Amino acid sequence: MNEKTEKLIDKKGIRLDGRKADELRPVKLEVGVLPNADGSAYIEHGKNKILVGVFGPREVHPKHLSRPDRMVIRCRYHMAPFSVPERKSPAPSRREVELGKVIKESLEPALFTELYPRTGLDVFIEVLQADGGTRCASITAAALAIADSGIPMRDLVVACAAGKVEDTVVVDLYDAEDKLGAADVPVAYMPNLNAVTLLQMDGTLSPDEFEKAVSMAMDGCKKIYALQKEALKTKYMNVKEEIKEENEE
Amino acid sequence: MPTFFETKQLVTPGELLAEGEYQAGENTYLEGGKIFASRIGLADCDNKRVNVVALRAFYVPKVGDIVIGAVKEVGFNGWTIDIKAPYEAMLRASDVLSRPFKPQNDELSQVLDAGDLIVAKIASYDRAHDPQLTVGEPGLGKITRGQIMRVTPTKIPRVIGRKGSMISMIKEGTNCQIILGLNGVILVTGKNPDDEELAMTAIKKIEQESHTTGLTDRITQLLKEEKAKREENKVE
Amino acid sequence: MSSLITKVRQKQIGQTVDTGKRLDGRSLNEYREIKIEQGLIEKAEGSARILLGKTQVLVGVKVGTGEPFPDTPNEGVMTVNAELVPLASPTFEPGPPDENSIELARIVDRGIRESKAIDTEKLVIEPGKKVFVVFVDVYVLNHDGNLIDASALAAVSALLNTKMPNYEIKDGEVKIKQGYTPLPLRSRPITITIGKINDKLIVDPWLEEEQVMDARISMAINDEGNICAVQKGLSGYFTPQQIIEASKLAQEKATQLRKTLKW
Repeated sequence: MNEKTEKLIDKKGIRLDGRKADELRPVKLEVGVLPNADGSAYIEHGKNKILVGVFGPREVHPKHLSRPDRMVIRCRYHMAPFSVPERKSPAPSRREVELGKVIKESLEPALFTELYPRTGLDVFIEVLQADGGTRCASITAAALAIADSGIPMRDLVVACAAGKVEDTVVVDLYDAEDKLGAADVPVAYMPNLNAVTLLQMDGTLSPDEFEKAVSMAMDGCKKIYALQKEALKTKYMNVKEEIKEENEE
Repeated sequence: MPTFFETKQLVTPGELLAEGEYQAGENTYLEGGKIFASRIGLADCDNKRVNVVALRAFYVPKVGDIVIGAVKEVGFNGWTIDIKAPYEAMLRASDVLSRPFKPQNDELSQVLDAGDLIVAKIASYDRAHDPQLTVGEPGLGKITRGQIMRVTPTKIPRVIGRKGSMISMIKEGTNCQIILGLNGVILVTGKNPDDEELAMTAIKKIEQESHTTGLTDRITQLLKEEKAKREENKVE
Repeated sequence: MSSLITKVRQKQIGQTVDTGKRLDGRSLNEYREIKIEQGLIEKAEGSARILLGKTQVLVGVKVGTGEPFPDTPNEGVMTVNAELVPLASPTFEPGPPDENSIELARIVDRGIRESKAIDTEKLVIEPGKKVFVVFVDVYVLNHDGNLIDASALAAVSALLNTKMPNYEIKDGEVKIKQGYTPLPLRSRPITITIGKINDKLIVDPWLEEEQVMDARISMAINDEGNICAVQKGLSGYFTPQQIIEASKLAQEKATQLRKTLKW
């Protein structure tokens, strides 16, 4: 077995990066950062840096992929070669393909796909720097990018993971905890509808621990949701502030 | 039960707006007896009908709308038009040519070619078919001069103003002809590029500040200042 | 993957589920009949074929040798691949693995890997230099719903059937000898997939139910009753309460299946 010189969480309940069990990494969100995309958003979650651009609803090419009764959603999750310590080949890996699928399935419940038959929505996720929890951060940013594009949504989708390190269930694992910990449970959630749209787990958890992890992840989701709303509003509030200042001059 | 927001409050998708005896209006939806916002915008209530004026949305074709589009492709019996909507629009040759024609590609590209701009009306549109356009009415047809700009379609009413007051003010203040496509594409035709630029600046300002108060005054101010600048330059 | 299912049929399925039963006569938490056959591909080191109702999946295990991954020099390698072979369904197209077959392979992989079913340290021939590589290839032969559980069960059955070649190290070289040793398996993970139709949870959805259900959750449970993999699928959602309900149901079914299969 690999020797761990430091424990991932100490007796006082402090993790290697200084956080407590229920503490999130800092999150920074920005909406409308790509002028060519119909909608876009950028997230920094801990050391994760992820950019999302969306295009649509628009005609689907090739045409045989379109559905006569709804908008189809295509999601590409891609990691930049320089995003991880060992350079990653730019070719899509099996992990990236699976993530594209589960992320799409986490966003689709929020969309009124029946309103735009025969069209497609393309969601492009580029992970510029990865440090654990990229699928959750990607979902959080993708939902904002979709809202930014003006596509109607049932609710914003927000995501956060929880897991187990040593014997403690903790929220928001970063890379080291993800790799060396006992379990990782990413959750995506629509808070106003109480709907879980993504749920995965790898590792080993007792049924009770699993329940606790899901619950902690949802608490994390609710905190990040507040930041999402703020980021969306900020774009428009700034204009209001600028005008106020101009008038006061 | 009162609504859960203040008039003109900025709301985000999924925010709970009302519960009970209300109707779900623009950019809202009803689920489980509750009304939620579906787009980011300003919420208000009009006669028990909860609406959200969206700050950003794309254009969904509606029969009767005037739109401005660009020719994408010349086909065998018509043209494919890009109207900046989720669906491509079609303009049939039979709608444009007043006489029966032989389906030869060359003829059509001489009437309208890829890259040409047109003002058209949506003649038909439904869930199963792309929108069909017509140019068979006065004021419609190929555009030969002027500048094109885009605003998000939900702002067009604000650009028009109450009883057309805002758009009239801009037209007079810049001496420009302005055609507002309901798909958010606007054609500005003036006597010189400077006038056109001014009109476009004013419209852009309306789009960016539409959710604030005092906009009409600020536009009036902008036009007055520019006019004054011009007068000065003329004198020199 | 969508087969054609008429609206009338969709409604029928939903209405029947509302009454607590299913169109094929099962109750909401009943599995279809399971038949497993092992060792049918003699040229593979291990193999198993499962019939789950009419769903048919064949898993072949090949054991080769190779270099270990640089960050795990003292561990052997296991890799899982899945093919949705075109003859299995009119909706499967020939070509490289698409997102559905990749997801299927990775879910099966996680169930086996996270339950630590294979003791990869026992797969080492020469630390840092040579290890056994266990290739698990899932071959879907007929798609009648619930490929995940069928593939996962067939994969574990195939591993239970797998024999590793004996070897000796002579003059610094690895030489394969006669004879075989069974692959040591520490856990027999069981994956339970639950679908949601009209807010009711159903176990082991069959093909037509899959066209109607709006969400699905799969959970892999190890010998001790602990959860080692979870995957929510499809474009619908679960409430937190439904997730807890599904978790309890999965544990119950895993225990039952473990008895039936004598695992």
